Amino acid sequence: MNGDAIGNALFGGISQYGAILALVQNSVWAGALLGLVGGLIGVFVMQRDMAFAVHGISELSFAGAAAALLFGFDIVTGSIIGSLIAAGLIGWLGVRARDRNSIIGVLMPFGLGLGILFLSLYNGRSANRFSLLTGQIVSVQSAQLTALAVISTVVLVALLLMWRPLRFDSLDPQSAAARGVPSTWVSFGFMLLLGLVVAVAVHIIGALLVLALLVTPAAAAMRVATGPLAVPVLAAAFGVASAVGGILLAVMGTLPVSPYITTISFLIYLVCRIVGAARERQTRAL
Amino acid sequence: MTPAPSPLRISGAALRRGTRELWSGLDLELAPGELVAVLGPSGSGKTTLLRAILGLERLSEGSVTALGRRVTRPGNRRVGYIPQQRPLPRETSLRARDLVGLGVDGHRFGLPIPRRGDRARIDALLGEVGAAAFADRPVGLLSGGEQQRLRVGQALADDPKLLLCDEPLTSLDLANQQAIVSLIDRHRREKDAAVLFVTHDINPVLDSVDRILYLAGGRFTLGRPADVLDSAVLSELYGAPVYVLRAGDRLVVVGAPDAEASPHHHGEEHG
Repeated sequence: MNGDAIGNALFGGISQYGAILALVQNSVWAGALLGLVGGLIGVFVMQRDMAFAVHGISELSFAGAAAALLFGFDIVTGSIIGSLIAAGLIGWLGVRARDRNSIIGVLMPFGLGLGILFLSLYNGRSANRFSLLTGQIVSVQSAQLTALAVISTVVLVALLLMWRPLRFDSLDPQSAAARGVPSTWVSFGFMLLLGLVVAVAVHIIGALLVLALLVTPAAAAMRVATGPLAVPVLAAAFGVASAVGGILLAVMGTLPVSPYITTISFLIYLVCRIVGAARERQTRAL
Repeated sequence: MTPAPSPLRISGAALRRGTRELWSGLDLELAPGELVAVLGPSGSGKTTLLRAILGLERLSEGSVTALGRRVTRPGNRRVGYIPQQRPLPRETSLRARDLVGLGVDGHRFGLPIPRRGDRARIDALLGEVGAAAFADRPVGLLSGGEQQRLRVGQALADDPKLLLCDEPLTSLDLANQQAIVSLIDRHRREKDAAVLFVTHDINPVLDSVDRILYLAGGRFTLGRPADVLDSAVLSELYGAPVYVLRAGDRLVVVGAPDAEASPHHHGEEHG
């Protein structure tokens, strides 16, 4: 690939940018919504030390979507079924962190392998195949886009309604239980919501890359803020910026969306780390 | 004076692990403002007793009535609970006031909008436990003693008439141990609250303790410190020779078989 070709891949569509934007408008909204929900739920993923679980769920979600593709039913439904099975298993069997990690370690290759098997058996459009692993939001059909947006909204509302008990249970489960927080239900509810968000993320950014929207924004926010409002607000803002920014940059050329999203969210994290470290040095010097 | 209702009544309590009986026939009634220390080797069911009072675990036998209500459901906001000090990770995304705030609104479902008065309540609690100076600092950067003050503040959120403390002094230095004990002691005096205080070491609370519940050897002994911390009584309880020695004005318990590394319970005779 020479310079011209790279330039074309990056910025080839810039002359028709307005027209392209109009076409991908719905994708941008879906991406923004996922960025928002992903950033918020990411705060709890970090607090409950479940980044690895997110990855495990996403592989089974991928397997579910691949199965749906092969057997000809709706792939959003397929990904949700896969997600919820994984989230349920991890939540049920992995109460202790060590058990959880071993269960995820066992589930992950199984899910990925299963998904690859289904994709290999599938003879349809090949674009669909790859997109489940690495994501391609702009090629998702509009009916599915609506479904993804509805799911994200439901998760957002449910997450807000259980926000404080979930936070208490994540930070200090013993005291939370003592004060009557129903920790079994809260944990179960959280896994359910997490499963749904992961299923949405699989379609937008791809099973291999969900962590870029479900963990990185929250991790970045925690580097620079500590308040109960500041952290989730920043995490959500970082998530939206990554998702929307990634889509807007990607449609300028012909490259896929996901690398843009992952790069932006990584750069945000990098900046936050540097800012956080500098600030800490300052505090210590005082 | 009319007798106030008992903040805590345990009757006919027994705890078994498999076929092993940890204790049985335990009756304990706390008076308002009374502090009872629970002593015993690890594995003697001290923590389980506290968790049973909170409804988080079931006793093998017996019933618990806390603050006038029979314990049937898990968790109780009217009871204060101070857990062991476990250092919070450095990057915990909480400020000191947020840790206390969990006690005020952490249990509430619904949109996370603060109610009027929440902030004032949190400020008052921070002041009560001497944490106002570091109220806005991240908890991960605070010392163990400072973190434990915040846990006390969290436990006092609803002005509990019954306070359960599960080894709240573990891994604190002497000065911080005294600070935490005095916070708990002040609350019980000002609010006439009963306190059940599980501890490995009786020394830090010896000046405040009214009675001691000593769990060991599949049995228990309940009584005033002078009556429990006695060579004959503890030897009988453990079923092995145990000596309570006088060192100056302090009592040192020697020879108590304990599963844990520190086999000595230090005691001091009262009055």
